Amino acid sequence: MTTTTGADERIKHTSILRRALVRPELGAMGGTVAVFAFFLILAGNTQMFALDGVLNWGTVSAQFVVLAVGVSLLMITGEFDLSLGSMVGFSGMIFGLLAVYVGLPAWAAIGVTVLACGLIGAVNGLLVIRTGLPSFIVTLAFMFILRGLTIWSAITFNKQPVVSGIADISAGDPIAWLFGGKALGGLFVWLGEQGWIATYTRGTRLGRPIVDGIPMLMIWALVMVIVGQWVLTRTRFGNWIYAAGGDPQAARYIGVPVARVKVAMFIVAALCATLLGISQAVEFGSAASDRGMMKEFEAIICVVIGGALLTGGYGSVVGAALGAVIFGVVQQGLFFTNVESSLFRVFLGSILLAAVIANTYIRRAITGER
Amino acid sequence: MKNRVLKAALLTGLAVSATLGFAGTALADGEKYVLIHHSPDSETFWNTVKNGASLAAKEVGATVTFRNPPTGDLADMVRIIQQTTAEKPDGIIVTIPDVETVGSAIEDAVAKGIPVVTMNTGTAEESKKLGALLHVGQPEFEAGKGAGERAKAAGIKSFLCVNSLFPNIAGQQRCEGFAAGLGVPLGQQMIDSGTDATEIANRVKAYLSNNPDVGAVLALGPMTALPTIKALKDTGLAGTIFFATFDLTPEISQAIKDGVINFAIDQQPFLQGYLPVITLTNDLRYGVLQANSVLSGPGFVTKDNLALVQSLAGKYR
Repeated sequence: MTTTTGADERIKHTSILRRALVRPELGAMGGTVAVFAFFLILAGNTQMFALDGVLNWGTVSAQFVVLAVGVSLLMITGEFDLSLGSMVGFSGMIFGLLAVYVGLPAWAAIGVTVLACGLIGAVNGLLVIRTGLPSFIVTLAFMFILRGLTIWSAITFNKQPVVSGIADISAGDPIAWLFGGKALGGLFVWLGEQGWIATYTRGTRLGRPIVDGIPMLMIWALVMVIVGQWVLTRTRFGNWIYAAGGDPQAARYIGVPVARVKVAMFIVAALCATLLGISQAVEFGSAASDRGMMKEFEAIICVVIGGALLTGGYGSVVGAALGAVIFGVVQQGLFFTNVESSLFRVFLGSILLAAVIANTYIRRAITGER
Repeated sequence: MKNRVLKAALLTGLAVSATLGFAGTALADGEKYVLIHHSPDSETFWNTVKNGASLAAKEVGATVTFRNPPTGDLADMVRIIQQTTAEKPDGIIVTIPDVETVGSAIEDAVAKGIPVVTMNTGTAEESKKLGALLHVGQPEFEAGKGAGERAKAAGIKSFLCVNSLFPNIAGQQRCEGFAAGLGVPLGQQMIDSGTDATEIANRVKAYLSNNPDVGAVLALGPMTALPTIKALKDTGLAGTIFFATFDLTPEISQAIKDGVINFAIDQQPFLQGYLPVITLTNDLRYGVLQANSVLSGPGFVTKDNLALVQSLAGKYR
């Protein structure tokens, strides 16, 4: 590094344009624009960008966003959690068994599940901190342990790997609707009556609006992105998160409780997976032990598209959310076009590669890192 | 501190392995069979096979253990077959997901003098060629075709095949059979649905909104059938669009009862677990062996024959 007199970086003037561009999520923003442009050209005349189409890929994206928020915060502290996909299946199954087999009301089953899964997140974090082992290995172990427990508990208590009957229990429950329900239903009925949104032209719902509400998961996703980004960029705790991942030793020297920050982020990530697990169980009325397969990697992919570094200390919640939207749109988009559907994996892989390469160049240009 | 954590971990590990050890030895009695299949751990279907095989083993006083590659990797399955062969059990019950991959391992088991019964995936011809005693299963193409013919009789001309088994040849054959039964070529109607419930439901919605003239939906198993039920209910098409699925679970039975699913194609997995154990035992004890392979399916479950099926779905049906 060269020293120039009077160039203290804290008071150095940076142009508004540069400040606007110097962001981890810049690559993801470009990627989002490119992906939407691509599908507007390819599927612009289909239902993809009609209201029901937007909710279609929006729901799939929201699933990724919910996980990506937790994973991005955890990855910025410099840790991984590969047990999150298993946690999705595990939390849904625990909730299902408590509700169906033990007979707890849905709200109590949700409460116990959230506590139990948060605790497992804490165990993950404490094991990583106390043993000094890489989180990659510790959480890999929990990926198997949780998936195995999910299958075992389902078979043992229910004689089959799917627990059904959740729909009856969650109907009318004071808080279960927060997880699988839809919001603003009345608004959409009204919009349909005004003729502002399309109505069904066939089937048992003839004449009713094609969208009967916004899935709660989308609202969760939105709230979590806003809160997550605010905490990360506007609070002291957010600075601790960056510091814990950027240089833990230096952070400790200036008094950042690195261990506690990391454990907290393990808990947050586990709770994000729990939210998805319970939501899927309530929405589909059943808990299956194969839910959440591969979700841990998909979430990491979203976060990396969003500009985060695998080594920690760099990244953003908004970027991760954009990465999740790209992932969701690409996953679902090809089904609106009449392109051979087995090609979507090829397309997905290409987008990932392009996004990550672009991110790397942008970051180098911004930070001056070689 | 570190030491204490390590000690605790070791103790827990010992306790767990001790419990597992006891559970394993308590079963030992009579002939020992090993059932090896190709699917990952968590599918409902295999639970029914296990229940059938366990029941048969209990009835004849034999034991049967179950092995499978946890991720569904066929290369792992070959290793499991080889390892099992080395243990020399009294009989092996095995699936043939791909004869090229697992064929020679099965032949080796036969060559070592272990009686083998094949079941589920694979054909009677493949089974015979490998030297197995017989095959218990459902021919996939014919099962799909039978379903397609039923749909055609109901006036259906086009369909969507929701395929979550994309790299698996059985899925392709089921879709091809259905298309052949309808008398249409198979092309874009088969979609790669993925395995996530929300993604499957939304892909079905996307396809149907893009192709509103589709007359029927075919799901290849519970993994796709349950999200498809939801997709059809959400879009108000439940009960108006023709909907057939492979295999049974309590939810599928309920949907048949509600008129959402027209019929389920049941390959009767109970028989695929039960009959091989009985066949092996009769052959070993009395030298009695039937001369032909067994078609365990397709059985068609409709509203009319649902009552018994429903009470046992997911366990014995």
